[in-house]
Amino acid sequence: MITAGIDMGSRSIKIVLLEDIQVEGAPQIKYDMKKPYLMMPGDLDLDQAAEIAFDNACKEAGVSRERVNKVVSTGAGRRQVGFAADSVTEMTAGAKGAVYVFPNAKTVVDVGAEEGRGIKADASGKATDFAGNEKCAAGAGSFAEAMSRALQLTLKEFGEASLRSDKTIPMNAQCTVFAESEVVSLIHANTPKEDIAKAVLDAVASRVCAMVRRVGIERDVVLIGGMVHSVGFVSSLKQAMDVEELLLPEYPEYVAALGCALLAAETH
Amino acid sequence: MIANYGYKDGSGEYYIAIDTDQCIQCPVDHACTKVCPKGMFEIITDDYDDNVAAIKQAHRRALAYECTVCKPAGGYARLPCTTACTPGAIKHSW
Amino acid sequence: MSAVIQPNTAPEKKEYWRWAENTWVDETKDWRAAKILTCGIDVGSVSSQAVLVCDGELYGFNNMRTGNNSPDSANNALKGVMDKCGMSLDNIHFVVGTGYGRVNVPFAHKAITEIACHARGANYMGGRGIRTILDMGGQDCKAIHCDEKGKVTNFLMNDKCAAGTGRGMEVIADLLQIPISELGPRSFDVDVEPAAVSSVCVVFAKSEALGLLKSGWTKNKVVAAYCQAMAERVVSLLERIGVEKEFFITGGIGKNAGVVKRIERILKIETAQTKYDSQIAGALGAALFANTLVTKQGASAPIKAAA
Repeated sequence: MITAGIDMGSRSIKIVLLEDIQVEGAPQIKYDMKKPYLMMPGDLDLDQAAEIAFDNACKEAGVSRERVNKVVSTGAGRRQVGFAADSVTEMTAGAKGAVYVFPNAKTVVDVGAEEGRGIKADASGKATDFAGNEKCAAGAGSFAEAMSRALQLTLKEFGEASLRSDKTIPMNAQCTVFAESEVVSLIHANTPKEDIAKAVLDAVASRVCAMVRRVGIERDVVLIGGMVHSVGFVSSLKQAMDVEELLLPEYPEYVAALGCALLAAETH
Repeated sequence: MIANYGYKDGSGEYYIAIDTDQCIQCPVDHACTKVCPKGMFEIITDDYDDNVAAIKQAHRRALAYECTVCKPAGGYARLPCTTACTPGAIKHSW
Repeated sequence: MSAVIQPNTAPEKKEYWRWAENTWVDETKDWRAAKILTCGIDVGSVSSQAVLVCDGELYGFNNMRTGNNSPDSANNALKGVMDKCGMSLDNIHFVVGTGYGRVNVPFAHKAITEIACHARGANYMGGRGIRTILDMGGQDCKAIHCDEKGKVTNFLMNDKCAAGTGRGMEVIADLLQIPISELGPRSFDVDVEPAAVSSVCVVFAKSEALGLLKSGWTKNKVVAAYCQAMAERVVSLLERIGVEKEFFITGGIGKNAGVVKRIERILKIETAQTKYDSQIAGALGAALFANTLVTKQGASAPIKAAA
């Protein structure tokens, strides 16, 4: 059986294809995850983009579309996927995927481009509680992205730069729009880029942390979503949450899509 | 005067309202400034020359994040600030 | 009183956020005949104003963009109006500074919060019947209740979130490439009044606006939806403390009929009118406070103020 999960994020579309591996006498079904696929929809309409992305993902996995038994979608654009049998919230998908990768995960922190959230998960990967900062750009990845643009660094360089700073400079603005002007003034005042980067990532980390606190921080804590690639953010978040260990999946932005594929398999 | 410190953004509305008329003869020796774990309260001389409680500027824009430590998930049954202020001058909007 | 508004800068093609700066002086008065001359300076994050008051009456003002450096803004704002009437700082008895740059008005003798100053200024500009003031500034939004003397009884300020502020408006002006002064009139040039943009957040509203344009909406319709969203948001702020007549709007967005009319529609209250520039309320209040300090409290300031 082959199932697929598609995460229609606000910035990019992620697709994961799973094939179950039947092992005689094994207590649980194991899955083989094909190489995950990501696409930026650009100017395309979401349903068109989803179709094209799915076609490409299947081609790259060497699987024909007809062989996929069930597709489940999630993400901001989840209802625009014509070929999905079901859609679930990012909380459900995130919890499922995170617990699959890290079976002892209890708290899942999902920081995407436009939304940041804290999810409580039980052992079966069910989301039991969540708190999100939807609708305010300051609590998500786009905040860091906008500031890194102002500093003319890639998000990766931005994260690395922040690790080189040991100062804590205050950031007054709590809004992406105002913070951009504040960063520009800091640049004019010759503040080192490293210090600005750290201040920005600390700010996002503290907002994300406050959200996660609403559901309670319980080990093991897993971070998913694109911001995992920013070493600076991971470091800031660890500090803010005051945890020894923050588990990082190998394919952080695909965890929600993985969760969808798993749910598709379970319900097929 | 009722001074509302805080904000509303896409995620919600977060205001701490202080009835400053009650601060003028505070019966608890400005306890609010001592019990807040983040030290968010301060005593200022307002424009009409009264000494009243206020939220420090640095905290006003991050109330949703700062106050989570005292909200139920943080393990508190009641907020330290509103409990300490017996005249009831402090109110949280969320 | 004849108010001659002279735009100091013509709107440039690429900078859609530029609004008309202006300077005005009461030509019918002679400041040299006044006993007490006071000055109020309001340095905001986006605009700065300097107001001159002679014996408690408004004499002149200058309204301009703040720019990058706050101390210079105060000096420049003052210079703009001084040059127009041949006054100099030496002639002023007392200066009160307010606004974000309260700490950055080097020649001010005292600083007073913009809340108190706006209430005082609105009381002068709109009359003693004003009870509720809405100030929509460059980077913040304030709702203020005051009594018949212009003393504040309740206030609420939101300076965290760009939604409902001048910056939020500038972002849309830039996005749609429409000069900011045209946004208001154009928002009424639509066949059907659209519902508000659903995103509160300016960052998301921007993407939403782009999506609407792509789906065939005209620019005017998008502006209308955005103005409606801003009006709704501002009204929800106001309703936290309630709206009592008379109702007065100050600040830059007060000049945007697209937002003001929609606010009136939602509240079913007409805003009080004034013949003065609504952006000077803060600086005017500051200058009036200065006047009270000199006349009633005998505050004396060195005639030569520190520069």
